[in-house]
Amino acid sequence: MSNWQWDTFFEAFPLVVEGLGITISLTFACYLCALIVGFIWTFIGRMKMKPLRWVLSWVMEFIRSTPPLVQLFFLYFAWPMVPYVGVTLDPFTCAVLGLGVHYSTYIGEVYRSGIDNVEKGQWEASKALNFSTPKKWTKIILPQAIPPTIPMLGNYLIIMFKEVPLASTIGVVGILQLANNYGAQNFRYLEPLTIVAILFLVLSYPSALLIKKLENKMNRRFDKKEALHSMKESKGAVS
Amino acid sequence: MSETSVVTNESATESTTNNEDAIVSYKNITKSFGDVEVLKGIDLDIKPAEKVALIGPSGSGKTTIIRMLMTLEQPTSGEIIVDGKNLWHMEKNGELVPATEKHLREVRGDIGMVFQHFNLFPHMTILENCMTAPIHVQKEDKASAKKRSIEMLEKVGLGDKLDNYPSQLSGGQKQRVAMARALVMRPKVMLFDEVTSALDPELVGEVLEVIRDIAKEGEMAMVLVTHEMEFALDIADRVIFLDNGVIAEQGPPSKVLENPDNERLQQFLHRFRG
Amino acid sequence: MTPKGQAPSTGGLTLSFNESNKYKGVITISAIADIFPALIQGVEVTLKVLFASIILGYSMAFIAGFCRLSNNIILRSFTGFYVEVFRGTSLIVQLFWLFYALPMLFNFDIGSNFWAGVLAISLNYGAYMSEIVRGSILSVAKGQHEASTALNMTRFQRMRLVILPQAVRMMLPEFGNYLILMLKSTSLVSLIGMHDILYQGDLLRDANLSQAPTVYLLVLVFYFLMALPLIWLTKKMEAFSKKGVATQ
Repeated sequence: MSNWQWDTFFEAFPLVVEGLGITISLTFACYLCALIVGFIWTFIGRMKMKPLRWVLSWVMEFIRSTPPLVQLFFLYFAWPMVPYVGVTLDPFTCAVLGLGVHYSTYIGEVYRSGIDNVEKGQWEASKALNFSTPKKWTKIILPQAIPPTIPMLGNYLIIMFKEVPLASTIGVVGILQLANNYGAQNFRYLEPLTIVAILFLVLSYPSALLIKKLENKMNRRFDKKEALHSMKESKGAVS
Repeated sequence: MSETSVVTNESATESTTNNEDAIVSYKNITKSFGDVEVLKGIDLDIKPAEKVALIGPSGSGKTTIIRMLMTLEQPTSGEIIVDGKNLWHMEKNGELVPATEKHLREVRGDIGMVFQHFNLFPHMTILENCMTAPIHVQKEDKASAKKRSIEMLEKVGLGDKLDNYPSQLSGGQKQRVAMARALVMRPKVMLFDEVTSALDPELVGEVLEVIRDIAKEGEMAMVLVTHEMEFALDIADRVIFLDNGVIAEQGPPSKVLENPDNERLQQFLHRFRG
Repeated sequence: MTPKGQAPSTGGLTLSFNESNKYKGVITISAIADIFPALIQGVEVTLKVLFASIILGYSMAFIAGFCRLSNNIILRSFTGFYVEVFRGTSLIVQLFWLFYALPMLFNFDIGSNFWAGVLAISLNYGAYMSEIVRGSILSVAKGQHEASTALNMTRFQRMRLVILPQAVRMMLPEFGNYLILMLKSTSLVSLIGMHDILYQGDLLRDANLSQAPTVYLLVLVFYFLMALPLIWLTKKMEAFSKKGVATQ
């Protein structure tokens, strides 16, 4: 540890922390984008047109299985060059769109699983009670579909927080970029990068614990039916 | 009491080494789970080839008794002697110390068990379920383990299912596989833990039939935790009624099940028959 | 340390993927013919990093997963610390830390950017996957332990013959998903100067900014083509894992 310099640490700390505002606001902006676009995916996915659904599933697969870093570069460097539709985007907007759309494909799956987990009987019951489509969704389906997905959605917020430093590669000045700047100017990367790691750990670890707690609470409150179901299943599975 | 009539020539040679000794003896066994004392001093001898039925209300500790013999549960105090060897303790430098895994393995080799929920290995075929332990545990060569496993599966009526997976079988068939799997290990004592409780009523018969066949062969001691009173009456040499962690009454099935002294046992039987 | 360029203004475009415009299509094909071989050079590096990360990452997952189940409290808490640190910080930070900070701390070089990249990826995903290993082993039904004890298996035999084969089946679908995550994360090694596909793409972009759309679209297609077999494999793994598991 002979090379560790506390002076550098304390000098770099306030400089790096300054980027926390950008990092956190970018996290929430990307997350919001993912939530909204994810909803659009889910909505299109529920339409009755088979070819559309087929195309959609491949588009989602493409976005999901290619690197978000390349997608960021595409938006930042290539999008302005695309004829007719291309516009120059500032780094922050690029990051919001790039990371937001990338993770929207995951968020869309979460929505879908939430809706799929609502029992068939609930759909039949709302039909039997002659609910209108909007009423069916707002009064019956969504109130049951959303709560179980909250812990999963929370996890994606934390994942997003940890993905946001990718945006430093296109020049978003969050904590990682500030640490890199400091390193480049002073030829000291050790302390500023360690500060970044500590900041991430300090913010994400307690959040993860919080979500774990939420998850356990949810399981107890909402999964009575689930518990019954899994009991039935395990009776069949344990041979 | 009736071992003289049941013991065959083969097992007679085994039992001579123990003379009249029991194959299993529980000596003042207690067991607590947390603050709850489930067993409060059990003394019990099981003779070679003896068929013992354990009955009693739920929570009376019947299952715990056989699980301790299978080393799935550790007694809080007392000793269990298997074929002359102390199960849960071993001697080290003249002192009695808690048994190591190695010691447990040496002693429990004589014990086999069939479970309420079958516990077949779902990733293995029926045949693999049976032949894995002989090959890996008893180091039997593969061909002979396979041959014996097939014979055993034929005996329980599943010779045509060798390459099926457990998930493809009915509950009754699964339980018969579980018995074959335990039998190929040639245990001296076989434990049955409520083996019909998880089965649909119409499947109980086929499983009891197999147990009856095994019992007729006679050479193995059997301990059955069961709720099937008629069955116990039919095959057991001795019935033990367990209540509140003690043996409340025991004796030949005709006595215990048809003319019991213990008042709680009378109530218990009444509930079952009524 | 990161490749940067000025976002240029639109205009003066020669490239298009608009199928209706045949002339531009021709130019596109010739552009692709230029770009394609350059990107191919990066494929080898990407695949090398990917395979090394997969092997090391899965190994880490099992090592750390087993350590967290160990009876030894020191081993358990040390592994727990590793897992939380790597799951709590982000991969790109770990990569930079391993590449720039670690050599400063101990006055030793990790040897190459290849190993810095592979280590970062495999330690990061190894930490996540160790939780899967641990969780899967713990969720094999208790009855399976009991049945194998009743058959007098040793602790090792129980793990090898009964528990692990079932636990691995539970791990497979998740492990498959991590294959694709690892593939995507290999693109980060371009940031520490490895000549992978993305790096080659960045070079092409720097040489001719107007090519950027074709270049990055092709880079994305390359990654997708590499992901396809992994997606297929994941589906296979899922199908395989559906049979033969007893859970609580």
